[in-house]
Amino acid sequence: MKISLGIMLTLVLTLGSICSVHADPESDRLAFVRFYTERFPNIDIQAHQDGAYALDAAKREQWLEMEEFPPYELAVDEGEALFALAFKNGNNYAGCFDNAGVGVKQQFPMFDAVSNQVVTLELAINQCRQANQEPELAYLSDEMAYITAYMAFTSRGNTFAISVPQAGVAAYEQGKQFFYERRGKLDFDCSSCHMTNAGNNLRAEVLSASVGHATHWPTYRFKWEQVGGLHKRFVECNEQVGAEGLAPQSEAYRNLEYFLTYMNNGMALNGPASRK
Amino acid sequence: MEARKVKMRGKIKNTVAQIKVLMEHPMETGTRRDEAGDVIPAHFIQEVICQHNDQVVLSVEWGTSISKNPYFAFKINDANPGDVVKVSWTDNLGETSAGDITLK
Repeated sequence: MKISLGIMLTLVLTLGSICSVHADPESDRLAFVRFYTERFPNIDIQAHQDGAYALDAAKREQWLEMEEFPPYELAVDEGEALFALAFKNGNNYAGCFDNAGVGVKQQFPMFDAVSNQVVTLELAINQCRQANQEPELAYLSDEMAYITAYMAFTSRGNTFAISVPQAGVAAYEQGKQFFYERRGKLDFDCSSCHMTNAGNNLRAEVLSASVGHATHWPTYRFKWEQVGGLHKRFVECNEQVGAEGLAPQSEAYRNLEYFLTYMNNGMALNGPASRK
Repeated sequence: MEARKVKMRGKIKNTVAQIKVLMEHPMETGTRRDEAGDVIPAHFIQEVICQHNDQVVLSVEWGTSISKNPYFAFKINDANPGDVVKVSWTDNLGETSAGDITLK
């Protein structure tokens, strides 16, 4: 069949644009937020930063009492001291971040086009250490928890405004795919609990909404008896559905955090927080 | 090693003071093992003494069932602004620490 060049080009371009168009991140986010405003019409979207405590009055009352004298205070104090400590070469963390590292947690995660990866706060902390000839901190270590707790504390009230530049679209899409991909013995994906069943009970727990999932980290979990980061929770969640927990700060989890945090754009940070 | 932190908060309501304490302590039970397989020795607060203006108003015996970094709250009667509330502890290894607060 003979087709003119012009028509051929038009066809190819149209097909090409249909194949390469994913809904853009902002459309995704609006749909994401709309899901929760429809599911919980009496709860302001910002209130979901308190997770399950925005959904259950009795649990909230107990939680507020604990927040009067929060268990993460000790971690924040330690973090403040660690953050101020100079490296052996005389530099310190303040030199690696905007505004001397005070009130900057809302910038993370960000896409770094140079290294072509999502940079989380934890990664940035280790990049800072590496640049100053200091050994990297283990991602599940107390020290990492204390420093991120302190940085979260100084960032309270700031809002997320994560951007997805063209170079970061692939990472964002991978994070989104992970969120909606079933895994493990229970064959759940993140949305199984945190969208389809948000507000429902899972044994003795109330399932929280994903909008608000990125705002309150790191978190003191009574279950952990310590402060831990978001990726520690990712590992726990994956293992809880009988799937393999990946390495904290692995590419898959960083991309997931990227997607999740974008979905929380416009929400105020309220970390560190205490959770059961 | 400097003494472990004892953070305190106190609020008076109708002459009853609600005191909240957060104590830094590993509270090791002595039954956990480390990565090498060796038992982590027991290290836990055994006694807590609470004083109101130098008078002991509460003494507590603790054991291994208390969690790490214990949070402890109690009430004191006949509390007035300016009163000093002190909380001190001793653990099974003989370590001690204390904290105090002046009620407003």
